[in-house]
This record gives sequence, C-alpha cells and structure tokens, in this order.
Amino acid sequence: MSEPDPAQASPGISRRGLLGLAGAGALGAGIGVAGGIAVDRFALPQAASAASSAAVYPFFGAHQSGIVTPAQDRLHFASFDVGDITRDELVELLQDWSAASALMTAGDPVGVYGAVSGPYDAPPDDTGEALGLPAAGLTITIGFGPTLFTSADGTDRFGIAGRRPAALADLPHFPADALVETLTGGDLCIQACSDDPQVAVHAIRNLSRIAFGRASIRWSQLGFGRTSSTTTAQLTPRNLFGFKDGTANIKAEETAVVDEQVWAAADDAAWMAGGSYLVARKIRMTIETWDRTSLREQEAIVGRTKGEGAPFSGGTEFSEPDFAATGRGGAPLIATDAHVRLAHPDQNAGAKMLRRGYNFVDGNDDLGRLNAGLFFICYQRDPRTQFVPIQMNLAKNDAMNEYLRHVGSGVFAVPPGASEGGFVGETLFA
Amino acid sequence: MNTRPLIASAGAAITLLALAGCVPNSPAGGDTAAITVDSTTDDCVVSATTATSGTLTFNVTNSGDQVTEFSLLADDGLRIVGEVENVGPGISRDLVVQAQPGDYFTVCKPGMVGDGVGRASFSVTGDKVELAGDVQDQVDAAAANYVAYVKDQVGQLVVGTQTFVEAYVSDTPSPDGKTAAELYAITRANYERIEPVAESFGDLDPAIDFREADVPPEDEWTGWHRIEKDLFPPTAEENGGTEYVPLTADERTYYADKLVADTQLLHDAVNDPEYTVTIDAISNGAIGLLEEVASGKITGEEEIWSHTDLWDFQTNLEGARVAYEGVRDIVETKDPELVTTIDERFASLESTLAEYGSLDEGFVYYDELSTDQVKQLADGVSALSEPLSRLTATLVG
Repeated sequence: MSEPDPAQASPGISRRGLLGLAGAGALGAGIGVAGGIAVDRFALPQAASAASSAAVYPFFGAHQSGIVTPAQDRLHFASFDVGDITRDELVELLQDWSAASALMTAGDPVGVYGAVSGPYDAPPDDTGEALGLPAAGLTITIGFGPTLFTSADGTDRFGIAGRRPAALADLPHFPADALVETLTGGDLCIQACSDDPQVAVHAIRNLSRIAFGRASIRWSQLGFGRTSSTTTAQLTPRNLFGFKDGTANIKAEETAVVDEQVWAAADDAAWMAGGSYLVARKIRMTIETWDRTSLREQEAIVGRTKGEGAPFSGGTEFSEPDFAATGRGGAPLIATDAHVRLAHPDQNAGAKMLRRGYNFVDGNDDLGRLNAGLFFICYQRDPRTQFVPIQMNLAKNDAMNEYLRHVGSGVFAVPPGASEGGFVGETLFA
Repeated sequence: MNTRPLIASAGAAITLLALAGCVPNSPAGGDTAAITVDSTTDDCVVSATTATSGTLTFNVTNSGDQVTEFSLLADDGLRIVGEVENVGPGISRDLVVQAQPGDYFTVCKPGMVGDGVGRASFSVTGDKVELAGDVQDQVDAAAANYVAYVKDQVGQLVVGTQTFVEAYVSDTPSPDGKTAAELYAITRANYERIEPVAESFGDLDPAIDFREADVPPEDEWTGWHRIEKDLFPPTAEENGGTEYVPLTADERTYYADKLVADTQLLHDAVNDPEYTVTIDAISNGAIGLLEEVASGKITGEEEIWSHTDLWDFQTNLEGARVAYEGVRDIVETKDPELVTTIDERFASLESTLAEYGSLDEGFVYYDELSTDQVKQLADGVSALSEPLSRLTATLVG
C-alpha cells in the first residue's frame, strides 16, 4: 500500500484538494482511472486476519454504504462546522472527501503518494497509521445538517436553503434532554465504521485533515462495540446495561421494509431519493446506578430476559412480544412502561428505524464514574414520523429513563450514494 | 426525580410469607446446586425429590404454552415458602429459597389459576438452622412505623408549604422573618425525605417536583422548581440565551395555589385508610433515595437555580436512614455483616456531609463546592449505595 500509484488519485478529487495534499507538481498524473482498485485490494494477502477484516464495501453506488452494510464493530463519528467558504469550495470539499473515501474504503492511503512516498521535504499525503492494515470493512457515510442549508441566523450561505428537505427538521426538545451545546448539531457529518478501530480513526483523521480551512470538527465520538445487528447473519450484541440491543432492528435482508422505512423517497426532495436521514444521540448511561438495581427490576424495565433476550410474554429472543399477555392479577407481563413495549412499532404507528449504535466509554467524569453509554445512530425515511414520535414516547414514559441522559444530538440528511467517480451531494449541487 | 416508584410487585407480599421460614445464610447447610424444574403443559417435573437444608436454587423453565408459576409449599400443602410467577412460555427463571429440613410440596401452575399441576412431595434433610425469630411481627411493625413516618412528613410539608407560598406570593417575610428564598430549601426537606412515596402516586411527583428539563413540550411546568427559577432567576446566559422574565403576581398566585393543592392531594393519598407499604417497598425506598442523591443531587442538577442540592442530599439521606432503620433488625438476623457495613457507611457519609453544614445552619451551595469535594461526597454515596442495594434481596430472600 506504499507504492505511489497515480491511479490512486480519483478523477473526482479537486484541484484544491490535491494542492493541499501533494503540491501542484503532482497534478495531471493523477487524473485517470480509479474504482477498480477496490477489487484488487480485496485479494491482497495482507488481509489475512479475520474474515471480517478482509471485507471491502464499495464507496460508490446507489446508496451510501454504512447504512444497511452489516454493522461493523467500531465507529468513529465526526460532526463538522463549515467555515466561511463559497458554494464552489463546499462542492470541492465534498469532491475531495468522496475521492479520499473511495481510496480508504478500498484499503488504500489517500493522496497521490500515500503515506511514505513523495517529495522528501513535504509531509506525506496520508497520515500513515493504517499502513499494512486491510480495509477492515471500512465504510464512510457523509451527511448534511440543517445548518448547512440555513445557518442559525437564517443565512443561506450556499444557495441551497430552498432545497432543504422538509424531513430535515430540527429535532424538538424531548423531556429530560440534557444536551450539551458542544456535542450537538453540525453542518456536516461523517460516520466511519470499520472492524478495526485504527482504520476508522484513520478515516476521520485524514478527512478532517483534508477539510482544514474549509470545515473543522465540531464534535466527534468513538464507539468501541456495535449494539445493533443489521443483518440476520449477525448475533445480537449487548449494550452496557448487559442486555441484547437491536433484536428487532431492521435487517438488510428485509428489502421491502428497508425500502419503506429507511430510504428517502423522491416526493419530499428529489435529490434525496435513495438517501436516508440519520439521527445521532449521545446517551450517557448511569451504569453505576444500574448495576445496583435488582435483576427483577432490570428485566422489568427492559421487558426482556437478560440472558436470552426473550420478551417477557415468552419464547426466545426473536419471538414477537405479546403485549396483551397478562400474568397474576391481570397485570401485563410486559409492563406498560417497559422499554420493549414503548419502542415497538405497534406502539408507534408501525414506525421502525434502522439502528446502528455503538457503546462508548469516554474515560470518566469528575465523580469517578465511567463516562459511558450508547452512541445511538438510526437511519430512516423521515425522522418526523419515525425517530421523533418514538423518542417522544420513550422520553415521556420509558422506565429506563432513570438511567439515561441524552447529552448529544444531531440530525443529518444522508444523500444517495455517489455515482462512480462522482461525489456525495452531486444530486444536490447539480 | 424519577426514582422507581414504591409500588410493591405483586409477588413481594407473597414472598414475604416465606420470611418466617427463612434462616440466616449458613455456609454449613449450603448446598446451592441448582434443581431444575420443567413446567410443561400438564406436569411439573422436578429434577430431585430431596435436598440438603440451606440455600436451594430451583431453575424453573416453562416449556408449556401458557404463563406459569412454580411454588414450593410447606407440609400443609398451602403455605407458600417460595415461588416464581409470571414465567412466560419458553422463559427460565430462578427461585432461590432458604429451606429448613422438613416435608414440602412442589407444584406448577400453568395459566396461573387453579390448584396447579404435577404436585409432588419434596423433602429437605440435614441440620436445622436457627430460626430468625418471629419475623412477621417485625415486618408488620416496620410497615406501621414507616406509614406513620410518611404521614408525619407530609403533614409537616402541608404546613410548611403554606407558609412558604404566603411569603412567596406576598413578597414579604414569613412570621419568623424568613423570605421565600430562605424558606425554599428547608421547606422541601419534608418532601425529599419521602420522595419515592410521592412518586408512587403517578402524576403527583411530576406536578410537584419536575425540573424544567423533565417536562414534555406540550405539558405545563409546575411545582417547586418552577417557583425556584422565579426565586433564583437565571442570567440570560444560564437561561439558554434569553432574558428570564419574572412571573407576574397572578402567575405567582397560580403556581402557589397549584403547589398547595397538589401537596394536599399527596396528604390525602397517604392518609387514605387503605394506604399501606410493603416491607420491600420500604427497603427499596431507602435504595431509591440514595439513587436520587447519586443521579440528581451529587451532580447539582436537582436545584439548578438555587444550588441548594446539599439540603436535598441531607434529607434524602435522612429519609433513607429512617427506611433502613425500619428493616435493619430483620436484616441483621439474616446478614449481620451487611448491616455492619451499611451502618458504618451511613455514619461515614453523614459525617462527611456534616462538614458542609446542617439543616439548622444551612449548607454550602453546590456551585461553591470544588470538584474534589464533590468527588469525595460522590465516593461516599457509592460506598453506601453498593451494600444498600443488596438490602431488599437480603430482606425477602
């Protein structure tokens, strides 16, 4: 991966981006083919570790990867503020990000010269910490926040205010929200998921570097363990409460459900057709208090058994909960304030979301408690009819709230995938 | 805020019947090997018919198609020594009991009604372990004492709240010369001592004690913290960037009247002749009050405008102490070491907190505490909460 290969410069990368990365002298040589590299790298023997490490997901396609892609084990997520730049410069940034993303998701270093070649008196194009590592299933998913269209003071910085989808509405205040300004919002976001944490961090680091002068990180989040399965082949992982999470998640194989609940339709904003809407919530869990709670109460709060994950109404993990089932005294087996009941589509007009959250532990707080929780990510067709009503229901009624605190939040329009050699957002800026 | 209400689970009262048959944890008779129970459609298959006295674990699996329960009955075939209920089809759950030598019956009850199926004899051999005494009397006494305490606190709260709102509405000091702002924290003491009780009455705690952030957008924000914000008005910066607008005289009267009325509802509820508490509700109340401290007070979020969190801390702790003392003797017969640990850690936390003031003299305001001081208090809360969290299981186990 250290050979300077002119083909590694994607045709999509902008002049400005290349200048920033490798200097003017490199221009020209880099303009050529790309794209096919992904397949070659997939076959390289250096990807000899776990089978999942060898996975390569194409960057270009009808949909962005990192949504229905089988949830990888690690996350690095970043939200960006766009600086005082022009519309053309914003487009160039998206082109540069897309080109670099195509390289990195294929397992290649960014730039013309990669990490260890090029002019000796220049810093390397690529930061280098992913040298020798396979793509490890890396996906890079780019989204646009509400403030990209209309800034807080109402300014239409990039001439796209009129194209803001109605579905990209600001989230309302939910009861007990404890949002921290510095963990909230953003003009752009990048979700980098990989089975190797170093690969995910490498992606955000290099994309952030490419953005310097045009956009800067507003907040970011590492996730060390997935809490959802997005395919039926994956086992359901556990969150930091020790319970299986995402049992009833939308799975990639349910194509009709994915079409109906995940992918945006053209009727709201035509440029978003095939895209999706991402809601991110940083949810602190007071795990120390939770750990002092009896098993009886823990299971009653969730409405499932802790070991198997079976709903209290009976069966095994994937048995459909029977909310009408009652036990002694006619009391419902699954309590009226149980998490599984309140979050279920039956209680939310059939609304589902594709969840893609990750466990996090960001060191500890001043009180010696682990700063731990769930970095919740979900994808949906329209947050106004999916995330918002579901979360409002949970925030008002969920017995679990006592152990949760929502501290960060963001909503982003995730455009459809870039065409071969194109860039994410090409349908918006066309 | 938001502590789990003191609602006793349906099973708790039944489980208590087993208290009289319980024995201290005794390693001598400790055969803890699990006995499996298969509750089928029409049978109750127990993997053993005998066991050695001490801690027994029945691993109950419901392989039938109805909700089931499993009971260990005394030799009269009626008295329940221990049971698990509401076990859904396909689900497994453990029943852990302390069993004396003697004759018992095992029975499953698919559908949760009728006499049950698969009734079989079960015998426990081995040494008899010393009985804990007449626990039921202690349980009854603990419940009666705690109800009396709750009534007393709520009675004082009604009086104190009236004095407080009069000072608030009229903007003049109370008869003993205190302003509403000065009365705020001390008046709330009676509420904070019994807060989990108030939370057991559904809508009352939200109306009386919700913080601004707890309130859904379409709901009205009322109660103590609404008035707190008016008494200790935030700067524009603290108020999300907008200038705080003081309440008008009419608005003050409205919120004052509402607080008085809601407090009266609480008073009526705990003075209802039907009102009672179960023993596990008392111990869970003690645990819940410490959770209150850990989640709201130690972080300074409860009293975000007045910064009087340490008053709440003190009174939560006092309420927890009262609830704990009510069941302490019963627990001591079963696990003296646990009681010793809890006693020590209560005393330690109380003395740590006393370094910052008292209810009579007032406390340091939360925003005046250093990070190290808060951490020291938080460590004390964690040290006490951890053993305290085992109180209910020891009590009813």
